[in-house]
Amino acid sequence: MGIDTPMKDRVFKSVGTRPTRPDGIDKVTGRARYGADFNMPGQLHGSILRSPHAHASIKSIDTTKAEKLKGVKAVVTSKDFKTKGITDPDLLDIIDNCMASKTAYYDGHAVAAVAAVDAKTARAALKLIKVVYKKLKHVTDVDEAMSPGAPLINKKCFTQGVEPAPTKASNIAVRSEFGHGNVSEGFQQADIVIKRTYKTGQSHQGYIEPHACVASISPDGSGEMWVCTQGHFVFRQQCAEILGLDAAKLRVTSSEIGGGFGGKTHLWLEPVALLLSRKANRPVKLVMSREDVFRASGPTSTTSIDVKMGVTKDGVITAAEAELRYASGPYAGAWASYGAMTSFACYDLKNVKTVGLDILVNRPKTTAYRAPSAPMAAFAVESMIDELADRIDMDAIDLRIKNAAKEGTRSSYGPVYGPIGIGATLDAAKKHPHMKAPLGPNQGRGMACGFWFNFGGQSCTDLNISPDGTATLTFGTIDVGGARASMSLVVAEELGIPYDKVKAVIADTGSLGHNEMTDGSRGTFASSMSAIRSCRLAIDDMRQRAATMWDIDLDDVTWENGHAHAGGSSGSNHAPLSIADIAARAHKTGGPIAGHAQIVADGAGVSFATHICDIEVDPDTGQTRVVRYTVIQDAGKAVHPTYVEGQFQGGAAQGIGWALNEEYIYGKDGRLENPGFLDYRIPVCSDLPMIDTQILEIPNPNHPYGIRGVGETSIVPPLAAIGNAVSNATHVRMTQVPMSAPRILSAIHANKDSD
Amino acid sequence: MSVLVNSTINGDQYEFVCEPDETLLDALRDRVGMTGVKEGCGTGDCGACSITLDGALVCSCLVLGAEAEGRKIETVEGMSDGDKLHPLQTKFLEHAALQCGVCTPGFLIAAKALLEKNPDPSEEQVRYALAGNLCRCTGYDKIVRAVLAAAKQMRKA
Repeated sequence: MGIDTPMKDRVFKSVGTRPTRPDGIDKVTGRARYGADFNMPGQLHGSILRSPHAHASIKSIDTTKAEKLKGVKAVVTSKDFKTKGITDPDLLDIIDNCMASKTAYYDGHAVAAVAAVDAKTARAALKLIKVVYKKLKHVTDVDEAMSPGAPLINKKCFTQGVEPAPTKASNIAVRSEFGHGNVSEGFQQADIVIKRTYKTGQSHQGYIEPHACVASISPDGSGEMWVCTQGHFVFRQQCAEILGLDAAKLRVTSSEIGGGFGGKTHLWLEPVALLLSRKANRPVKLVMSREDVFRASGPTSTTSIDVKMGVTKDGVITAAEAELRYASGPYAGAWASYGAMTSFACYDLKNVKTVGLDILVNRPKTTAYRAPSAPMAAFAVESMIDELADRIDMDAIDLRIKNAAKEGTRSSYGPVYGPIGIGATLDAAKKHPHMKAPLGPNQGRGMACGFWFNFGGQSCTDLNISPDGTATLTFGTIDVGGARASMSLVVAEELGIPYDKVKAVIADTGSLGHNEMTDGSRGTFASSMSAIRSCRLAIDDMRQRAATMWDIDLDDVTWENGHAHAGGSSGSNHAPLSIADIAARAHKTGGPIAGHAQIVADGAGVSFATHICDIEVDPDTGQTRVVRYTVIQDAGKAVHPTYVEGQFQGGAAQGIGWALNEEYIYGKDGRLENPGFLDYRIPVCSDLPMIDTQILEIPNPNHPYGIRGVGETSIVPPLAAIGNAVSNATHVRMTQVPMSAPRILSAIHANKDSD
Repeated sequence: MSVLVNSTINGDQYEFVCEPDETLLDALRDRVGMTGVKEGCGTGDCGACSITLDGALVCSCLVLGAEAEGRKIETVEGMSDGDKLHPLQTKFLEHAALQCGVCTPGFLIAAKALLEKNPDPSEEQVRYALAGNLCRCTGYDKIVRAVLAAAKQMRKA
């Protein structure tokens, strides 16, 4: 068996079981340490001053009085960030976003920071900093930002991705285009063509734990940082570049993470904490308030999307076209390109064209939010699929089944699919009892499909066998919700030992090679691939040890069920050796037993889901109630099915919140009016029903166990599934998210007026 | 001027000093070291800082540290009986009712307060009793199941 051999028809012993997670007891007893739960000796408290304006040039910042306040140990502004020599435009944007240099681009943009002996003194010092602003015209709406005469946010913004390069600056930062075939010809073949515009509000990941870190840099350039992050190795690399440190000398330890969903893939306050620490030569703790999290971390894009699709009377989609306009905050992003790539990825289309436009606005810098950019595109496309089905009098699920992508389909974004699960999720949906359940008065049923790429990338793991035969897996991707359990299951499976004889530990950056983040649904996929390789290297090592112990040829030693077995003529009289037997003699056979693996995990299998939901709409108020919700998704192989269900349910709940209520609301002054959980209301327990799940397992041929990422796809279908359900309940097509009660009510009234 | 406060926390006597305008949440975390009490919002909207004060469920971010003088506080740190976990803790683990776990201490305290008042709640009663606690990971499904399962087990005991 090769080191990465996929296992066909493997019967799993550990993988697929549902043991208690190893980090669980700490989390139910209050012992687990999150970002803000950690302190360093001699630590100072940091606080950040933020712009109250949506768009303003910074004329001057006077920090003299703050610096003189007793107890203040350091004050920093953008002048303290040394950007000379940094050429990476993304990194320069990160720095400018962490601390505004010439311009405050949004309400909440950081302009100065203080470190003091306690939080109260730090806050008092902020009030002594005098910033002179010159207010500029602002724009927060994505369509307005594209219109002629809109305030120009960055005078050096010349649209990327356009040939020849434009000579006039605009708020269109990036243009991307995907597709194949000829859409004009495709539309001519259609019997029905529909064109619509859809809009989605800006939502936030809404993790319950605000960003927090404790940073310490010594004058010799070495430092350490404790931080809640989805990727401590990436944070280390970027912080080292920003501060001009050697990455190896900055040791970053990830805390337990209180939710991230993409929002903790980005630096917000960490470079500021490091800078304050360097200036004060003391450790500095920085914790965001909830208001800061909403105003100044990275929500998703608000969007405006045009879709045009054509279908024949017998249900063949002949052409599909979309222009997707995504707000990226004040800095260029690739968010619209993800929308453009994912929008039609569920379907087998001869003629398809998508154009993504990233638009600068005076809102916080957009960051990843679970399958970033895909839910909005799916809202537009899946809403239109329902409408097309209605127009040709075909069941919406049958239209989807008829046009679903399959193995060999050239995807709308380029690659040709291998074995995929869209057809299987649709078939399962069609057969699901939910589809046939009766609906009550004012209730509507909706369904929608969703796609996410999934990513792989760099992972690195150490597998160490203890002298007693137990195993420690050291890995480098953050555990956002069960990774230590699933990694332990994988190691137990591969070594053939019980789950409770494995300890999975997340390394700090000083203990392991570079690992990419827990994002792109890559954590379990990529780290398990590396862990399996580590185990197989250790098994090879243990076979060699057994051969030495038995004094037989290596080729005569096989590995089965956690034991070395002697085979061939030379070894038939030897009783099998367990890992504990071999480990006990390690000191005589070559020292500690270990397997170190480092990989670029290619072949993350794409992921598909189909959701079904029933929504009740009060026709007098527009108030909605989620009556029933079902998630069907392909997991490749569910390592810990309970936590896979948890991912399905959690993504669906976030999508429900986004669909029905969540939205950044900006006033005319460009200031965020709802930076708190009272007014940015995420779903609470009484808002939701149980969320049923069905896990499908269509193995990913590129992973030894068939694993696909499962974390993100579940947020893709809900916006459209709910939109379709509300539309079916009210007989009014909903085209704007969130479908809040007033918005639904006005749609119902507008429809009545037009009747 | 700091305030000296005497409280009973998880059955033990504590004496701590806090500022007059300091929240009980900050006092518990920074003065007493009970960091199982979490801050998610600081405005009483998320329930991560839930504790009981003389048996009443409160957000500790909305109470001043000084108000705890002479009162009984229960936090997640006091839920288990020695090395024996509370049935709610056990059921939360069995049902995977936590993913990131940062909201868990608040949910456990709120659920315990519910079951002390109503040992046999319906699903709907659980959902409304826990509506002041935000969880962004689970969609609440497994939390509600864990609370119902714990209630069932506690009724048998």
